[in-house]
Amino acid sequence: MNPEKVIFGFFIVLALTLNFGFFVGDINDPDHHHVYELFAVVVVNVIATILKFGDRTQMGAVLLATSLVAVLQLFAAALVWTFAVHISGTGLTPVVMASIVSLSGGAMLANVISVVLLVIETVMLRR
Amino acid sequence: MNNIIYIFFRRMRQPLLTLVITYSIAVLGLVLIPGQDPDGNVWHMDFFHAFYFVSYMATTIGFGEIPHAFNEAQRMWVLVSIYATVIVWLYAIGTLLSLFQNKSFQQAITERRFANRIKHLREPFYIVCGYGETGSALVSMLTERNQNVVVIDIVSEKVQMLHLENLRQYVPGLHGDAGRPVHLIEAGLEHPLCQGVIAVTNVNEVNLQIALTSKLLNSGIKVICRADSHDVEDNMASFGTDYIIDPFDNFAEHLATAIESPDLYLLNQWLVGMRHQPLSDPIYPPKKGNWIICGYGRFGKTICQQLRNYGISPIIIEAAPEKTGLPDSDIPENEWVSGRGTEAVTLEQAGVRDAVGLVAGTDNDANNLSIIMTAKMLNPDLFVVARNNLADNEQLFEAINADLVMHPSIIIANKIRVLLATPLLYAFLGLAAKQSHEWAASMVNRVRSVVKDQVPEIWELDINDERAHAVNNAILEGDKVTLAHLLVDSQQREKRIFAIPLLLLRNGVVSPLPDENISLQYGDRLLMCGRLSSHYRMEWTLQNEHALDYVRTGYSKPRSWFGQLIAK
Repeated sequence: MNPEKVIFGFFIVLALTLNFGFFVGDINDPDHHHVYELFAVVVVNVIATILKFGDRTQMGAVLLATSLVAVLQLFAAALVWTFAVHISGTGLTPVVMASIVSLSGGAMLANVISVVLLVIETVMLRR
Repeated sequence: MNNIIYIFFRRMRQPLLTLVITYSIAVLGLVLIPGQDPDGNVWHMDFFHAFYFVSYMATTIGFGEIPHAFNEAQRMWVLVSIYATVIVWLYAIGTLLSLFQNKSFQQAITERRFANRIKHLREPFYIVCGYGETGSALVSMLTERNQNVVVIDIVSEKVQMLHLENLRQYVPGLHGDAGRPVHLIEAGLEHPLCQGVIAVTNVNEVNLQIALTSKLLNSGIKVICRADSHDVEDNMASFGTDYIIDPFDNFAEHLATAIESPDLYLLNQWLVGMRHQPLSDPIYPPKKGNWIICGYGRFGKTICQQLRNYGISPIIIEAAPEKTGLPDSDIPENEWVSGRGTEAVTLEQAGVRDAVGLVAGTDNDANNLSIIMTAKMLNPDLFVVARNNLADNEQLFEAINADLVMHPSIIIANKIRVLLATPLLYAFLGLAAKQSHEWAASMVNRVRSVVKDQVPEIWELDINDERAHAVNNAILEGDKVTLAHLLVDSQQREKRIFAIPLLLLRNGVVSPLPDENISLQYGDRLLMCGRLSSHYRMEWTLQNEHALDYVRTGYSKPRSWFGQLIAK
């Protein structure tokens, strides 16, 4: 058992599960999507990305790419949230909430790809 | 590029992870701990403000407690967070800074930059491996002649020196082992415009390695190598190294030429001289009488061999006869003396008082100088040949007034420069060596008559559209342009310019001293020597149609449509 692989797998899967947790619910209902959850998703995703730094393998490069996509989407979601609440002052209207959640949905797709790749790599190693 | 990013990420992974985790804990704590606004209501900090606060706290900027003053619980948390985040921040920044100062990282960056610069070269260039005495002399000679050069050297200080030197062209330099193929490739070995590789490091094996790499990876280019032993020379020749230059053999040939035909030697010296050098005087090494050779190393042996070819049996003085194999060789006992040669006793023993020539050829400059001074005191009429090992001592050798000074680095650099910058001159000198003494004497007189007191300028000219636009057009129109036309002053037809055509290369056939009435053809290559001002005058005739018309017919034809109409 390689401890590095355990930590790596842990963060990738955690990124997906947290992302899913934030994503589920009515897309435009602010009560279904908590800000703490978004914070956790962003932090875990950034950590998962940094963990892939310096991995020279082909798989490592693809995983870094998918993680970067997820982080980008989540940053966009967080920015929209901040803008709506603090800068424009419109608050969490259904329109704003929908765009935040759909952005996090995109990030979730990238996270799904990461996990699928991880599973493929594991299966290949077994053989 | 890959390498740099890889090193960067690899080293920054740990600090960045620590930074992200510490930041998020601090932010989360600030969001969770309830505070109070000025009206006494319970208030929770949001993520936006928490992140803002932590960002300026960690970087020790400290804008104060916003948006509302903190309560005790929050201050407690901030107290802990300050120490944690500031330390983590310093750790990350510190790692980043040490990464940039890291030698291997910096080397990776400079190599990358160097390789990029080479990749974007758009003009033909040569790679010079080794920037020692030979390399630096060669680079300045080649850049003088507007050739592009790339330098590799294993010592970083020498590459640094390259930037300080006042060269005419920009010369990119790489600090690295030229014996490693990766460095040669970075220096542009596989670049389509790479013309040749010149291996002049001071290690024979490295030169061999460079020659081998270059021939294997790019068989189409010229490879020129320095070699000090016949062993290595044979090895290099076996896989097709184009030119192998041995400074000792070369100098021995010089000396042989000087003994055999002083005029030919003088002609050689003038033609290969550097621009603005004064014309040297002829030297006459004595052909008869006793010669003394001090030092029987590689240099001494080669000289000895050459002298024997002229029936001169020199007396050898050697400090360590056993090392050089003297007692076992076929040289009779009475023809060598054991000793350094720096003291009068040894020199007397070798018969310096009635000797005619002396070769101070040890590998130690101080000893060579001392030998010459002692010998000159004993016999002021000696013909002295000195070997100068280090360029720093050049002035001393000038001051001691030796008749011939052998400087290995300069000999090699000069030879390579002639080979690369004026290959026709190389061919001409080869042909000249086969001519008679009278021919050489008449050539010396001809050259002396066109130049004033400086060595002649040597230039090659190609009859094609780029280098001789006007001449090429005239030939295409069917007009006859002879070599004599080029030798006429383009401002005063009655006068001749100060230049001598030395060689004509036509369809692969070289003819020395071509007839001036020969008509030029497309693709001809000519070697000229003469004054620098005459070179520039000749460019007018070559490129400018009016100038060419004038030298051919005496007046310039109107070239414009209107002018032609009036002329009719």
